[in-house]
Amino acid sequence: MGVHRCRKCAADSVINMPQHRLALCAEHFMEWVEKSTLDFIEKHRMFEPEDRVLVAVSGGKDSLSLWRILSKLGFHADGLYIDLGIDAGCAYSKRSAEYVRKFARTVSPGVELHVLDLSSVYGRAVPEMAGRRAGGRKKLCSVCGLVKRHEMNRVARELGYQVIVTGHNLDDEAAVLFGNTLRWDVEYLVRQAPVLPADDLGLVKRAKPLARFYERETAAYAIVSNIDYIQDECPFSKGATSLRLKEVLNSMENGSPGTKLQFYYSFLRARQKGIFPGYDRPALQACEKCGQATGIPGLCAFCRLTAPEKATSPANCG
Amino acid sequence: MRLMVKVFFRESEFESPGNITIRELIKGLGLNPQSVLAVKEGNLVSNETRLGSEGEIKLISVISGG
Ligand code: SF4
Ligand SMILES: [Zn+2]
Ligand SMILES: [Zn+2]
Repeated sequence: MGVHRCRKCAADSVINMPQHRLALCAEHFMEWVEKSTLDFIEKHRMFEPEDRVLVAVSGGKDSLSLWRILSKLGFHADGLYIDLGIDAGCAYSKRSAEYVRKFARTVSPGVELHVLDLSSVYGRAVPEMAGRRAGGRKKLCSVCGLVKRHEMNRVARELGYQVIVTGHNLDDEAAVLFGNTLRWDVEYLVRQAPVLPADDLGLVKRAKPLARFYERETAAYAIVSNIDYIQDECPFSKGATSLRLKEVLNSMENGSPGTKLQFYYSFLRARQKGIFPGYDRPALQACEKCGQATGIPGLCAFCRLTAPEKATSPANCG
Repeated sequence: MRLMVKVFFRESEFESPGNITIRELIKGLGLNPQSVLAVKEGNLVSNETRLGSEGEIKLISVISGG
C-alpha cells in the first residue's frame, strides 16, 4: 500500500485518518481542522463571535494549536498562562512560559497574553501548596488541578471573559471517560461534557473546542502549522493513570479504527438523552472568602489550601 | 543495495534501512502507530511513506499525560 492521495487535491497526504476514511495534504488538513473546530463550537454552542474568549495555555501542542485556530477563525481569543512553579530539576514551568511568550508574539496582532505567577500572588507555587510529605504525584496533581481551575475562573471573571477554553483532545476525554466508567463514577460522568455552562455563583462557562480530534491530529496540526511547542511532559505526569488508559485505548484503536471516536461520541449522545436520571449536582454555596462555588459551607478547597496558617515548607520535587 | 536512513527518537539516534515504511519502523520499535508522528526534512509524512534513500527522520511522541 502506497501513500494515500489527499482527498481534496490528490497531492501526497501527510496524514491518514482511517476513523474518518480521510487522508489529506498539509494545506487541506489545516483547513479541515479549522473548519471542524468551528462546526464543533457551533454544534455545542460553546461561544459566539462577539464573546471574549480566554484560552488556558500551557505551552503544549493542544493549547497553542487551539489559540492559533481560534485566532484564525476570527474569534477574540486571549491567552492565560499560569506559572505553576514546577521545576523538578528541569525548569519545566520556566521553559513552558518561554514557549508561550514566544508563541504569543506571533499569534495575531492585538492579542493579549496574561501571565499569572502563583508564587508572587500567593507566596507559594503548586509543589509548596501540595506540601512536602503530601503523598507524591497523585496529591500534587490533584492540588495542581484544583489551583488551575480556581485561578482560571478567577482571572476570567475579573477580566470579563465570557468563556474559558482548554485544549483537551479526544484522547484526553476518552481516557477520563474510560477511567470514570471503570469505577462507574456517576457524579463525574454526568459532569463530563465538551461545554459546561456558567452558574449563578460566578462559575464562568468552560468549553473544549478540540475534544473531537485525536491527539495525533492536534500534534499534526501543530507540526504542519509550524507551532513551536514544548515536547517534554510535566515531570510529574510520569506513570499517570491517564497515560495507561490512553495506551489501552490506542491499542484497541489500532485493531479497529474509530474505537475511541465511537466510545466518546456514543457517550455524549447517551448523556444528552439523560442516561443517569436522578443524579443532580449537589447544592452549592458561595465561598466566604472568594465567592466561588463550593460544596461545603465556609471556605472553598482553594481558599483552605492557600490560607496563611496552612503554610508548609517547600516540596522537594527533584 | 541497502540504504540506511538516520532516525531520531527522544534522546536516541540510530540508522534504519530505507526500504521500509514509517509504520513498519514504528512497529519495529515496539511503538503504537497511533502515538507517534514522523517528520522528514521538517515536513510531516504519513505512516505509509517509505523512509527513502536520504535525509533524516524524526519521530515525535504525541501522547501527553497528567
Ligand atoms: S502532571 Fe504536572 S501539570 Fe499535570 S496536573 Fe500533575 S503537576 Fe500539574
Ligand atoms: Zn490537498
Ligand atoms: Zn474560596
